[in-house]
Amino acid sequence: MELQTLTYVVVGATFALYIGIAIWSRAHSTGDFYVAGKGVHPIANGMATAADWMSAASFISMAGLIAFLGYDGTVYLMGWTGGYVLLALLLAPYLRKYGKFTVPSFIGDRYYSQAARIVAVICLIFISFTYVAGQMRGVGIVFSRFLEVDILTGLLVGMSIVFIYAVLGGMKGITYTQVAQYCVLIFAYTVPAIFISIQLTGNAVPQLGLGSTVAGESTWLLQKLDLVMLDLGFGAYTDGSKAMIDVFCITLALMVGTAGLPHVIVRFFTVPRVVDARRSAGWALLFIAVLYTTAPAVGAMAKLNLLETIWPGGPEAEAMTYDERPDWFRTWENTGLLQFEDRNGDGLIQYYNDANPDYAPIADARGWQGNELHVDRDIIVLANPEIANLPNWVIALVAAGGIAAALSTAAGLLLVISSSISHDLVKSVFAPRLSDKGELLTGRIAAAVAICIAGYLGYNPPGFVAQVVAFAFGLAAASLFPAIIMGIFSTRINREGAIAGMLTGLLFTFGYILWFKGVFFEPIMADVPENWLFGISPEGIGVVGMLLNFAVAFTVSHLTAPPPAHIRELIEDIRVPRGAAEAHAH
Amino acid sequence: MSQQASRDAYWKANLRVMAICLAIWFFVSFGLGILLVDVLDRFQLFGYPLGFWFAQQGSIYTFLILIFYYAWYMNRLDREHDVHEQ
Repeated sequence: MELQTLTYVVVGATFALYIGIAIWSRAHSTGDFYVAGKGVHPIANGMATAADWMSAASFISMAGLIAFLGYDGTVYLMGWTGGYVLLALLLAPYLRKYGKFTVPSFIGDRYYSQAARIVAVICLIFISFTYVAGQMRGVGIVFSRFLEVDILTGLLVGMSIVFIYAVLGGMKGITYTQVAQYCVLIFAYTVPAIFISIQLTGNAVPQLGLGSTVAGESTWLLQKLDLVMLDLGFGAYTDGSKAMIDVFCITLALMVGTAGLPHVIVRFFTVPRVVDARRSAGWALLFIAVLYTTAPAVGAMAKLNLLETIWPGGPEAEAMTYDERPDWFRTWENTGLLQFEDRNGDGLIQYYNDANPDYAPIADARGWQGNELHVDRDIIVLANPEIANLPNWVIALVAAGGIAAALSTAAGLLLVISSSISHDLVKSVFAPRLSDKGELLTGRIAAAVAICIAGYLGYNPPGFVAQVVAFAFGLAAASLFPAIIMGIFSTRINREGAIAGMLTGLLFTFGYILWFKGVFFEPIMADVPENWLFGISPEGIGVVGMLLNFAVAFTVSHLTAPPPAHIRELIEDIRVPRGAAEAHAH
Repeated sequence: MSQQASRDAYWKANLRVMAICLAIWFFVSFGLGILLVDVLDRFQLFGYPLGFWFAQQGSIYTFLILIFYYAWYMNRLDREHDVHEQ
């Protein structure tokens, strides 16, 4: 079958599966809609969390990022996995014991304050919308790239699918579709990785292949990659170029941000018991780790493959001639992900680091007039099956996997937005006498409106979509995470302290990012290391915001009255597991 | 032992195991993967420079072990202090 038809068939089949699951798992109550009736098995919840967590960016862009960053790509690998340790140890069991539906409702109850609840809702909406805009963009791009429809059509199809299962099924529908989406995306990710690992190293396990010798040679794969990179004027793959303090802060901000992201936290409200919440975080990380430990292998191997294609005789010999380029090169040139410009007019593709002044004399001596190939990092995953000569059904599967990754994350984000609006704003603040049915309807309307806004943001992305990571993670790390942690581990932090802390963390982090990134206006200062506070980039500044939040909350709390007795009882109660199931029956 | 005293002891034991797990979490990821990476890279684990392996592989495996260990330990502790779910 032709690739195009095959892709439609595979993607269509996965859509039919998602919709079927949505109809089977319709929500009947707010409990179903917000937290899937708290009846999700911990392993199923682990898979759903993994799909929720791994976005279009993880699936399509991460291996490419690592391929071009080398060691510096570590910030994403550790940053986006280490947060699960914090979740499992510091948050998940206690929030599950607390037993209500949303993150703002915990903050509102623990700090006995509607103001705290509203501040938390604002943080949540801001974090989730910035994140979801990027996801909808991802949906549109995947559709347009694989199915050759324009971005708007792709977006509309994606929105309708999410609409069906998020609005109908709520958390229950989302959970079981995410389980299916995890299976699709992990299969689509690992199959090409296994093949490329066998081709390059003879080892079928990519994680081991990355530490093996190149097939038929005695050099280690990473050693060879380092040598080729150095020969072309790049830094060694296994060395970094970022300052250590910045690597440290970005990693920590991503970890803490992960643990503070509402759509991840809320997944641990859906399991039956506290014991399950602890285990479920482990299952989630296990399923995530399958992709996250494969990604560095995909990145390094695809990079070596690419360099060897362009420099068939090694960097000392001549580069590949443009006329003899392989088929996949032509395909991806059409999409603009590969761009060749013959600067010195010799018909050869010279790909090297023309920004390295030490390398310039060598390039001059060989008659090169600048780097001639622009490689988009997304190509590392997207073109992998073609570079490795895999059959068409694998390529179709990668398309379905990319779409699954984007849809599952978008749906999870839209759900936390809608539940915080219907539960924490409408029900708690504006209409406390709303019936369960009325609240369920409000939740569905809020989800529908949120999907439309997200679709709009995906089609007309505000300038800051590229900085989504810095925004969403930094803000989560600086606002929600400290408020929740202090709510569990301190009996002294009170309403005044928590609100002051959240606002300080939020405003500081927001301000710092705006200062260097602009977003709505020209940046006030150039985004270069010389200007940064303590050498910390906007991506890592959430760590400072978090420390400020803790410090302000602590100081203000000790200057004002301690929390009332019933709050101390609430804290004592969430610290022990017994009674979680009763709260469930209630 | 009164119920309150037992619960206090439970909480103390929880904080202790949590502190140990978080210390390992910090040491392996930030210590071995970032701060000491240049020193460790002088050693090899098969084809991996050791620091690079901790940064891109070993830290993630450590995270996994920590979470499952903590869940196992806490389930036991819950029963010992009679605060487990029935």
